[in-house]
Parts: sequence; structure tokens; C-alpha cells
Amino acid sequence: MIKRSVAALSQALAVREISSVELTQLYLDRIKNLNPEINAYITVDAGKSLSQARSADDMRAAGNAKPLTGIPLAQKDIFCAQGWLTTCGSKILGNFVSPYDATVIDRFNAAGAVILGKTNMDEFAMGSSNETSYFGPVKNPWDMTRVPGGSSGGSAAAVAALLAPAATGTDTGGSIRQPAALCNLTGLKPTYGVVSRYGMIAYASSLDQGGPMARSAEDCAVLLNAMAGFDERDSTSLDRPQEDYARDLDKPLAGLRIGLPKEFFGSSERSGCSPDVMQLVEAAIAEYRKLGAETVEVSLPNMNLSVASYYVIAPAEASSNLSRFDGVRYGYRAAEYSDLDDMYAKSRTQGFGPEVKRRILIGTYVLSHGYYDAYYLQAQRIRRLIANDFVEAFKQCDVIMGPTSPSTAFKLGEKSSDPVQMYLSDIYTLAVNLAGLPGMSIPCGFAAGLPTGLQLIGNYFSEARLLNVAHRYQQATDWHAQLPSGIL
Amino acid sequence: MSLTPEQVRRVAHLARIEVSDAEAETTLGHLNGIFTLIEAMQAVDTQGVEPMAHAQDLAQRLRDDRVTEENRRDAFQAVAPETEAGLYLVPKVIE
Repeated sequence: MIKRSVAALSQALAVREISSVELTQLYLDRIKNLNPEINAYITVDAGKSLSQARSADDMRAAGNAKPLTGIPLAQKDIFCAQGWLTTCGSKILGNFVSPYDATVIDRFNAAGAVILGKTNMDEFAMGSSNETSYFGPVKNPWDMTRVPGGSSGGSAAAVAALLAPAATGTDTGGSIRQPAALCNLTGLKPTYGVVSRYGMIAYASSLDQGGPMARSAEDCAVLLNAMAGFDERDSTSLDRPQEDYARDLDKPLAGLRIGLPKEFFGSSERSGCSPDVMQLVEAAIAEYRKLGAETVEVSLPNMNLSVASYYVIAPAEASSNLSRFDGVRYGYRAAEYSDLDDMYAKSRTQGFGPEVKRRILIGTYVLSHGYYDAYYLQAQRIRRLIANDFVEAFKQCDVIMGPTSPSTAFKLGEKSSDPVQMYLSDIYTLAVNLAGLPGMSIPCGFAAGLPTGLQLIGNYFSEARLLNVAHRYQQATDWHAQLPSGIL
Repeated sequence: MSLTPEQVRRVAHLARIEVSDAEAETTLGHLNGIFTLIEAMQAVDTQGVEPMAHAQDLAQRLRDDRVTEENRRDAFQAVAPETEAGLYLVPKVIE
């Protein structure tokens, strides 16, 4: 049962092969056994989950079941869920029991889905290895000495270890796609504005976007159908008609034009990508040619500036967003302080971890008097150049492909002392967030036993097409169906 | 460019974050490493390029000026470090 897809579980629930209570208990038992080692979940509350499962079973008995009714899902601990501890991986929110639901949680609740627990993550989603979490690192189920990626590392590890059939993630610079690649999952970052950010704790508001992480494109489509939609509580939510993201899954790929950016595949950039990852990516593209796609070389000339632009814009927005954590209205307050100012400083200094502090300091600096134009405005201008590159590229192709991450999962501790090395592990994903485009990562094979991801980048609002492109590949290959040994 | 310890102290104060003397050197090293990465931007000619605030370039949506949320003060204050009679308590600011 636990190896089944979300779609198959939905079917099993529909024909009463299993109840939601039984299914939820199955996952809770696995979490109890395996989570102490993997550390994928920060919070599990069997009572709450089972009570939701009972309501889902009632909903089904009353004839009101929807596709996700009774399906247990792991929720990244960045989404506020009423009555649940919601920490965002930080000590400063270590005692925060949310008094309200994020819109994403609200929508899953309305669909009858069950919250299995809240998953571990890099503190405030700032990290690419899940090692910045106050609640300890997460281990990659494919190799327990390695990172699962980040920041949605707990969600990725939970799904990879079959501690949940699917999960939510958020992606500001690659935080859905990179952990998906490192844990052999399918992850989708939608077009900016498609999934509501209300109640999703903000890191960099102009880049943050929630999305699904699952074991197949088909399952991602089922989740996205529940997650996406206009929300008047999010001022950047896009008011568009509701879509069925699964509508094109089976469309043939004949005539699909795949753009291959020479900056991803050319010799100079290639040195940044490990040769075995590149080999698997090229093999995946060859498979696409077999499926009827054609390839065309495109260029993203400003791609190399995405790291610089991102590490100005994201910290700038973070420094502003995280100024709300001051020990007054919620979260951690230092035990001892002299006056109000000292209370702010001590609460923040003790409540935030080193990576969060670094980004707050960078952001405060680039926004400070005299530096705003040289850094923040310049970064936003470069952002436009990067976005324009994609506009040009999509005149020649339907989807852009390349690696998701320059390497497979690295060792725990390998990059944690050097922030710049860590930042460079996102070189292929950052530009997609800066441009606000949808992007996916799908499994494309193994290098020395470790999963590798193929990145798919689509034009604005092409999620259904991306899912179609991913699904057809997954019909022709079985990389995505591989499971780590030692978890069953 | 590289930051001076004095600049780091000033920025840390603005952000209400304390950097101890023991951490100062590592922090400075990390920040300067990051700024070296960021400096790649300065060589780019962006004259005439409109800054891009976010992907869809939409104006902020306005809503009608009417009450849409119910009063949930007790629920919101239940998670506060210290409250009294519906007020948040902080150290005395005005003598």
C-alpha cells in the first residue's frame, strides 16, 4: 500500500480497500520507526492526524469525497496550520502554535486531505542542505551520510523514505527542485502568483512560491490542482480561471521543441557541473528525442549573473520580512534584557541561526543609505535582463532543459562552513525564480547510486505542459519509480 | 570591495543583531566572500533597464475598505510572550 501513488491511494480509498484512518496509521507507524534517524518531520501529532482522517472517512461516507479526500500529506513547516506547531525550522518560532491556516493548508483541508506532520527545513528556507535547521539536519534516505538538499529537505526525505505519499515544498531559489533532484522525486515550482503565499512564512516575497513534491508528475498534478488558485489575501496572487493541471498529461510529445541553453551545456559552464550528472541529463534528452521531441540551442547570456542578483534581492527582502521577529507579539523572547531595544536584539540574536543572521546582515547592508542604487536596484535591473533572456529563448522552444543541481547529494557537513560554496549549488535553479517562471525537477538516473534530476523550465503558466512533458518521460522510463534500499 | 569591521557592527546594530567579538572575524570573512560573489553585478551595463520588482509587473490590487476579518485578538495574543488586558507587554519605554 505505501508504495502506491497518490492517484492509486485515492482509488483504494474510493473502492473502500482501505480507510483514511488505516492509511494514516500506516504512515504514522512508519514515521515512528524511521523518523528518529531521518529527522524528516519536526512535528507529528497522531491524534490530530487521525481525527482529520476520521472526518475524511465521514466525508467519503456522506458521498462528498474529492481526489485528495483521506490522503495523508506532509506539510513543510513553513505553512501555518492552525493548532500545529509551525517553526519554519527556527528557534525564534520554536514555540509558535499557529492560530490560523495558510491558504494552502486551508485548501488541502477543504479537499479532505490529512496533515501527517510538519516537515523539517532549512531555517526560514535559507539553505540548500537542510543543515541550517534549528531542529537538526535531515538525512538523505538514499545515503544517510548525505544531505537531502534544501530548503524543503524534510519534505523530500519524507516522500523518498515513504513516510508520506507526497508533500508540499516552497521554492525561492530552488528549494523544491534541488531536494527533489537529490532524493529522486518529482517537484514543481509553479509560476509566481499561482499558489497563494498567505500563511506561508515569508523569506523573499517576490521569489517565494509553494508547490508539490511527489514520486511522479501525475501525483504533482493532483496536488497542484488542490494548491493553486486565486487568493484575495495574497496581494500578488493572480486572478486566473481555475485549471486542471492533469488535463494534458497523456498528450504525445511529437514536435515538442526543447531548448538547450548553451550556458548549461557549453564547455565553460559545464565545468561547474559534475560530468556524471551531465551525462545522465544528456541521456534523458536523448530519450526525449526518441519520444518525438526536437532540440534547439538557445542562449541565456545573463544566466551567470543570477547568483549575484539573487543574493542581493533575496537577503534584502528577507531582512525586511524578518524584522517582524522581535519578541513582542509571538515567538521567542530572550529571558534577560535591559530595555526594549536590548530585548529586540537579544531575542533576535538568540533566536536566529548563523545563516539567517548572515542574510539579514547582507540585506540590511544592501538596503542601507548610499548602497540601495548600487546593489538593490542594480540587482533588479539584472533580474529584468535574466527574465528577458527567457522571453527570447521561449520564442524558439516550448520547454528548456538542463541539470537541476550541479552534483548529486553531498556529504553532511561538506559545504556547511562555506556559504559561497553552498550558494553555488543553486546555480541552475535561481534564474527561474528571478524570472518568475515555472520549473520542475524529475529523476533521470543514478550516479554512483545517487539520484540525479533533470530540470524542466516552462514559459509562464505552462504548468500543465511541463507536467505533460514530465509524465510522458515517466511513462517511458522508470527512474522515478526507484526506491532507496533499507526503508522498507 | 570588502566590508570593514566597523561597517559590520553598524549594519548589525541596524538589524538588531548582536555580533560578539568572537564571531566578528568569521562573520566578516563570510560576508566578504558573499560580497565578492555579488560584485560580479557591477561590471554589467544596465543603463535604461527598468528594475524588475516581481515577475508579473502587476500593480498592487486594492480591496474595498470594509471589515472582512473577525476579531480574534485572544487567539492571536495566546501566542505572545507577555500580554495583559489585551495589550502586549514590553519593557518600559517612556519614563
